[in-house]
Amino acid sequence: MAIGRRLDPALALAGLGLFLVVPPFLPQWITFLLTLAWAKALAVLGIVLLLRGGLLTFGHALYYAVGAYTAGFAVKFLGVHEGLAALGLAVVTGAAASALLGLLLARYRGVHFGLLNLAFSMVLYAILLKFYEITGGTDGLRLPTPLLAGVKPDAQHLRLTIYYVTVVLAALLLYVAYRFTTSPLGYTLRAVRDNEVRVEYMGASVRQAIYCSYIVAGVMASVGGVLAGFSVGHIVPELSFWTQSGEFVFVALLGGTGSVLAPVAGSIVFEFVRNYAFKYSPYTWQMTLGIVLLGIIFFLPGGLWSLKGIAARRWTIVTRRSQ
Amino acid sequence: MMKTPLLSVIALIAVLSPPAAAQTPAPRAAGAPKELRVGIVTLLSGPASSTFGIPAKKAADAWVEKINDEGGIGGVKIVPVLTDEAGPGDKVVAEFRRLAADEKVDLVIGYISSANCVAVPAVAEELRVLTVLFDCGTTRVFEEAKYKYVFRTAAHTGIDGIGAARYLLAAKPDVKTIAGLNQDYAWGRDSWEIFSRALRKLKPDVQVVETLWPKLFQGDLSAEISKLLTAKPDVIFHSLWGTDLASVNSQGRVRGLFRQSLVIHNNSAFLFKEFRDLPDGFVVGFRGTHWPDVPDPARNPLQKEFIERCTKKFGEPCGSPHGSYHMVQALQGVKTAYEKAIKATGRWPSVDDVVKAFEYLEFDSPSGRIAMGVGGGHQAIEDSLYGTVKLDPQRNQNVLSSVRVFPAKCVNPPDGVKTLDWIDQGFRGAQCP
Repeated sequence: MAIGRRLDPALALAGLGLFLVVPPFLPQWITFLLTLAWAKALAVLGIVLLLRGGLLTFGHALYYAVGAYTAGFAVKFLGVHEGLAALGLAVVTGAAASALLGLLLARYRGVHFGLLNLAFSMVLYAILLKFYEITGGTDGLRLPTPLLAGVKPDAQHLRLTIYYVTVVLAALLLYVAYRFTTSPLGYTLRAVRDNEVRVEYMGASVRQAIYCSYIVAGVMASVGGVLAGFSVGHIVPELSFWTQSGEFVFVALLGGTGSVLAPVAGSIVFEFVRNYAFKYSPYTWQMTLGIVLLGIIFFLPGGLWSLKGIAARRWTIVTRRSQ
Repeated sequence: MMKTPLLSVIALIAVLSPPAAAQTPAPRAAGAPKELRVGIVTLLSGPASSTFGIPAKKAADAWVEKINDEGGIGGVKIVPVLTDEAGPGDKVVAEFRRLAADEKVDLVIGYISSANCVAVPAVAEELRVLTVLFDCGTTRVFEEAKYKYVFRTAAHTGIDGIGAARYLLAAKPDVKTIAGLNQDYAWGRDSWEIFSRALRKLKPDVQVVETLWPKLFQGDLSAEISKLLTAKPDVIFHSLWGTDLASVNSQGRVRGLFRQSLVIHNNSAFLFKEFRDLPDGFVVGFRGTHWPDVPDPARNPLQKEFIERCTKKFGEPCGSPHGSYHMVQALQGVKTAYEKAIKATGRWPSVDDVVKAFEYLEFDSPSGRIAMGVGGGHQAIEDSLYGTVKLDPQRNQNVLSSVRVFPAKCVNPPDGVKTLDWIDQGFRGAQCP
């Protein structure tokens, strides 16, 4: 069950292939939802990585907002319209912010870690809200369509272009995350969850493992923030609000922590459930969403990813019987 | 698309011939679709739904019914597709895209939150969907950018602050000190900025003694009220709504805030039935002439009909002045623009035809005649209405007294001029009575 076990390359590649081939044949609004889901999956991935070390953060939207506002400020103050440059900047600001806060936060565990993260994300929220002249306050900032390598995407294929950029980048980062979880540092993090004292006795540094993971998780969310910002075209302080963090934690549990691919599955299901809840119950969409999600938690406590295990077991039983 | 010249001639005659009576269904324009699908996006949940969102929804129900009863637009009935505006920004944009692509709406009327009015236009342009912003206030929409497919059929928040300043100087010409009490978010900041700048331009010796920024939906405002009672300003300006408006009214009344200072509120963020509980001497403003007695319903048949239809359908007027009147303005604007485009083209118009007809359009509504006067013909200007709540001892109920209506061109900048620039330039070209 544990994350970091061998990534099924056939499954991952088949999945990626599907996401690369199908979208041109889908209606545009579905492509948009998929883009958003992939972008948010990166922030969720950050949470899943930290969960691997037994660390649950309720403030990961902080880095999501850092990324989005990096792109926003790059356009507003630096006149940078190049999307790739904004992404590069977001990696830097995401890493810088998480490296700075990580110095303090890597010392904490459990509920303290979760709530301190939440506190910092709310501090950023308040800053974005109050520095009205700079940030646009609650009305937010418009994020115009970015250039890609100096080229303005053709208006007709704009959504698909943004989609492909998002999927390719996200897939790349998923691979990075996978490599990270299978690296010595990644295994140390897993051991930290099981027994921190023993890890220290073995001579590995718990602080270092947590600090590094925290930075990786921060960068993931920051890149997710830029990608989501570009696809929506508008950013608001709510990106850093605790409900956004809560949503990420929720999607992490929904998808399951069984694989680096699980956040993508969780994120896509969440976006679609939410959108269809809007369509079919405009007055009670919150309740519909709640019931669906409660159902998943009750019947699939390991998240959607556990379906894969269930399916595999069924398959073995079926094939054995037929032999 | 026209099939034969004969058909177009028939269509032209059909369109141009005057309607025999109001009750006969309007002739169908050539090439007309079966129905006109209109996405209606308003807050159905959350704190702003009660005073803005639900009243707007009720008004839409009542007025779509009226338009359909009279044969629809160019013989085509309106089918509303309702969705909730609540939720994070990415969801609002996703929902707009779904309305356009999945529900295949012909146009969208919506958005109360200013943040959404900043976010949605770029998407509307990309998808080329006619979008009518009906209620949000921010001046940013058309002062920061130009849009082809986006219109706003209600005035922006500029008239709230400028109207308040003008009313104040008429009601209390010797005002010396003012204080601000506004919610700490973009619209609260905008409201104070516009009001205080306008007032100091009109009366430069006014002093600001206190500016307070309570958190949005803070609820308990006792600390703020204490500060205001100590600062003793002649006038307190506030733009509170929701629970904050209720608490400043109830807490302020018992602590003598309304006896000490003239309290002026820039937008009618209360339900019609809450009016009877407003404190005596409270000055309230309306973004447009949205009050049952103003303009006189006898002189404005649309307003009379609006009140009657709501009362018949819901047993009372449609909720609040702010949300309900603005929604009907949007529907009237759309109807008039379509009809003008049908007349001009002689067939069912394309989106571009409607856009062309909509620019600088003038149309009648329950709030009086509305002109799409600024923002390149995409932004409506409205009269600003201010009045003082007065307890009528004979009837033992509140009435709106000392009512003043400032004409649209007195409180709105000319086309192409930004609101704050206009104030700083001393309201150049303002046409005030």
